[in-house]
Amino acid sequence: MSDNSLKQRNQRTLRKLLIWAVAMFGFAFAMVPFYDVICDITGLNGKTSTTASTEGPSQVVEDRTVTVEFITQRGEGVNGDFTAATRRVEVHPGEITLVNFFASNPKSSDIITQSIPSVSPGEAARYLHKTQCFCFDQQSLAAGERKEMPMIFYLDPELPRHINTLTLSYTIFDVTERVAATNN
Amino acid sequence: MQSTLFHRAAVGLISLMFSGMAVASDWTERSNENLRPGVTGVSQEVYDLHTTILWIVTIIGLLVFGLILVSMVRHRRSKNPNPSTFHENVFLEVLWTVVPFVILIAMAVPATRVLIELDDSSKAELTVKVTGHRWKWEYEYLTYQDDNNIGVSYMSNLATPVEQINNPVLAGGLFPYGTAQEAVGSEFPEKDKNYNLEADKPLVLPSGQKVRFLITSADVIHSFWIPDLGGKKDAIPGFVNETWAVVPEGKEGTYYGQCAELCGKNHAFMPIEAEVVSQEEFQTWLAQKKEEAAAAPDLTPFADLDEAMTLGEQTYKGACAVCHGNNGQGGVGLPFAGSDFATNEEHLDEHIDVLVNGRAAMPAFGAQLSPKEIAAVVTYERNAWGNESGDLIQPQDVQDHE
Amino acid sequence: MSTAAAHDDHHHHAPKGLKRWLFSTNHKDIGTLYLWFSFAMFMVGGLLAMVIRTELLEPGMQFVDPEFFNQMTTVHGLAMVFGAVMPGFVGLANWMIPLMIGAPDMALPRMNNWSFWILPFAFLILLSSVFMSAFGAGHPSAPNFGWTFYAPLSTEYGPASTDLFILSVHMMGISSIMGAINVIVTVFNLRAPGMTLMKMPLFVWTWLITAFLLIAVMPVLAGAVTMMLTDRHFGTSFFNAAGGGDPVLFQHVFWFFGHPEVYIMILPAFGIVSAIIPTFARKPLFGYASMVYATASIALLSFVVWAHHMFTVGMPLAGTLFFMYMTMLISVPTGVTVFNWVATMWRGSMTFELPMKWAIAFVILFTCGGLSGLMLAITPVDFQYHDTYFVVAHFHYVLVTGAVFSMFAAAYYWLPKWSGVMPNKLLGELHFWSSLISVNLLFFPMHFVGLAGMPRRYADYALQFADYNFWISIGGFWFGLSQLLFLAVCILCALKKGEKAPARSWEGAEGLEWEVPSPAPFHTYDTPPVVK
Repeated sequence: MSDNSLKQRNQRTLRKLLIWAVAMFGFAFAMVPFYDVICDITGLNGKTSTTASTEGPSQVVEDRTVTVEFITQRGEGVNGDFTAATRRVEVHPGEITLVNFFASNPKSSDIITQSIPSVSPGEAARYLHKTQCFCFDQQSLAAGERKEMPMIFYLDPELPRHINTLTLSYTIFDVTERVAATNN
Repeated sequence: MQSTLFHRAAVGLISLMFSGMAVASDWTERSNENLRPGVTGVSQEVYDLHTTILWIVTIIGLLVFGLILVSMVRHRRSKNPNPSTFHENVFLEVLWTVVPFVILIAMAVPATRVLIELDDSSKAELTVKVTGHRWKWEYEYLTYQDDNNIGVSYMSNLATPVEQINNPVLAGGLFPYGTAQEAVGSEFPEKDKNYNLEADKPLVLPSGQKVRFLITSADVIHSFWIPDLGGKKDAIPGFVNETWAVVPEGKEGTYYGQCAELCGKNHAFMPIEAEVVSQEEFQTWLAQKKEEAAAAPDLTPFADLDEAMTLGEQTYKGACAVCHGNNGQGGVGLPFAGSDFATNEEHLDEHIDVLVNGRAAMPAFGAQLSPKEIAAVVTYERNAWGNESGDLIQPQDVQDHE
Repeated sequence: MSTAAAHDDHHHHAPKGLKRWLFSTNHKDIGTLYLWFSFAMFMVGGLLAMVIRTELLEPGMQFVDPEFFNQMTTVHGLAMVFGAVMPGFVGLANWMIPLMIGAPDMALPRMNNWSFWILPFAFLILLSSVFMSAFGAGHPSAPNFGWTFYAPLSTEYGPASTDLFILSVHMMGISSIMGAINVIVTVFNLRAPGMTLMKMPLFVWTWLITAFLLIAVMPVLAGAVTMMLTDRHFGTSFFNAAGGGDPVLFQHVFWFFGHPEVYIMILPAFGIVSAIIPTFARKPLFGYASMVYATASIALLSFVVWAHHMFTVGMPLAGTLFFMYMTMLISVPTGVTVFNWVATMWRGSMTFELPMKWAIAFVILFTCGGLSGLMLAITPVDFQYHDTYFVVAHFHYVLVTGAVFSMFAAAYYWLPKWSGVMPNKLLGELHFWSSLISVNLLFFPMHFVGLAGMPRRYADYALQFADYNFWISIGGFWFGLSQLLFLAVCILCALKKGEKAPARSWEGAEGLEWEVPSPAPFHTYDTPPVVK
């Protein structure tokens, strides 16, 4: 084959492979929303929805009682108290329940916090609906302030029968610097 | 002749194998070469699964290596000057694709069963929250049977004294070993039997009751693992994982574990010590801990500087040395030896504040240490390593601060 | 059409001096550059491993502090994976693929030059941080988060050099991608007439498949480190829970790259061994077609097994079961390749020159590593193996007695073609036996301490692990020193001190590379040969 047509073939193959390489780079980033979607649908990593549930429960399943436990964790750099008023509640799926959380800021400056929920077992996450949660927004705490933060939830009546206990954990992070950086 | 020899060798080998198995399945023995059966039903099943696959894998290996060795002997040029020319055999190729496949299915069935079993952490009697920190574990007892308000939590640090760990050979030499100040002389005290495994405040668990562990982290990914209990789970910041264990009655004892995910400098120095006791003992212990937690902190003043320094040194070595250096020289944390902060009286209030409330990467030790311990540590930091501030901080000072 | 290329010497003099190497567009010279670079990085990575083994000789911290120790384990892994194994295989590809398919050079010779020269700079950046750390910068200097650099340890707690590490990884990635593209274009477009795909030597096949894997996954690694960079400095929260991200996402993205990566590091080895065993057994490779299919299946399956590195992160049951089954499945085609090699030996007429010794050692010891891999695939037991020395034993068996031994085999096999002289037999035998014994002393006991419970990336350990660690360290020092023998072999060949090698340097050797003189002239197959 002539030199020229070989050169053309080489360039064509090169181009195709380069496009593929760039596409795979894009794929890496596409994995991020992809991962979020899979986790949303399956509740794989135990993340609950970040927005309030607007529809109420369709019914209350009286013949089932599920134990819901609450644990709290301070993320790095957070030094105040962060506790739940109740350790655990027994609820019927569909029953609306209010649980209070408390956070305090012992520092002499104001802070902005973000609480991140996590559910175990992970598959229970998509059956946990919150109509109000302090985790939907950043919560600011003035210097020395102690704040009560309510959370209202219900378990989906369709919660699989084999789940009898679920644990909802909140980790509170100090995002004051992050917020300041984005605002600047 | 040959067959008798072979027969004898086979019998000898097989009895050796069985004797090995007998020793390894005695749960008090730690094997140096093999997995331990552990003390829970799950760990025993995992051990059995391991033994099965180890056998399968060993037999396959010996078969393949055997064929290679036989071939090397029988088909070398001097013994087989005319090589065959075959280079395909459909029957053989199908056979050695299908047979491994079938073996795999045989392995997958019990493996699936054990995995499903491990996945079910429901109906636990005790729930403990395990939090990984750099570089220690925090245990919080959440619920026990009907009790929702236990309120017992504490940090568990490596208890091996630093003198046993640091045996510098090239202090201040070519490779960075902290600084020359890290050198603790040339005597190497005997290391304990449980060197690197012992913790100051063990995780206490009841036997015969299902324990559920809720695992998370306060900073980076750690991993919670006690080999004798089976199961390993990562501790991920912002997320909660769960695992469980039941140590049957009759298997009370002390079991050690270690952090199993690289988490920084002292990844190798944050062990887990689990003390499994009878249910009665556990209930007594828990009740006692609840009382201590609810009680007012001990504020009896130190009689003199020495008393404070003794408690201070002990507390410092357990909780502070990892970041601030065994000789106060600093590291991840700021130095104290010879620093203005630790000697100048103007900074005393601030010094107590940083300890109680934390600052930046420094955690709030007000939650982890008692006012007496904090007072002792601050005193120690201000009077050790050549710092001669003469300050003696009393527990009441710390309490007033909080 | 003439097949001899000897007369080309007359009118194409190889350029001389520094310019020859800096600006080379010749596949043989570039191959040589890659191979020397790879060996140098192997020595550097080995030196770091010696620091690790010195510290682990006895319990207690005697030589370095744990922070520096973590830097050693991290850079040891990075140097070996990205500096020794990958460039080594690329060097072999560069030297041998054009010769094997009857092509005059690689399809894109100038890109070939850039592919190589990026590497020394990438490693200068990475290794300079180690140098600074060792000689006085004190505070954590070099990357210290393991070669797998999990978030948030790397994103939120990484030292300042982490950003340079990211740059370094980007550069290495670009080099690999360009190299892979070059291989594919060359194999697709430059084969001599008559050389159909199913007539190519298996080494070319395995490299072709490896090149596709590289293009598929190196960009994903680039994506992962870019996300790391933006998390560190540009306010994103891919892996930061506080911002709504997930540290486990990092592990998924990394291992999506990471698992195919380990097959990238072994498939070329399969090709090498598939060239050597038939030569010395004087028998054609058993099951050529099934080797091609098996290699392709391994490559495809490698994309769906990544989470077996993550069994303990808290994946739900369905996930762990899926990945357990897929991982177990991958052992079937791998087993097929091993059986094919054994069947090639069977009823052959074998002699055991050095390349054959290394190749047989590969087959036995790689199988050992593969079998421990099968054990690791079983999830509930993996809970006891994960992050222990059992894993370290597994991957060192497949990478050292696997990939590295195959590269030694390739070197002894093709050195006559590269240099024109046979490698020194005495030094070679010493190198082989010394390495064989010491490598097993070094890595076999790691199975024991791992099962007994010693975690990995540990600067210090509990007393029950002391005895085996002592012998492991002795094995390590011995293995490291043995490689100096190989250096001597290479230097002697480079200086052309040895028995002159004929064109067909080994009696049973077949393939186009053996039709050209030894040493291969600067230009070969300017006119393509006819392949029947």
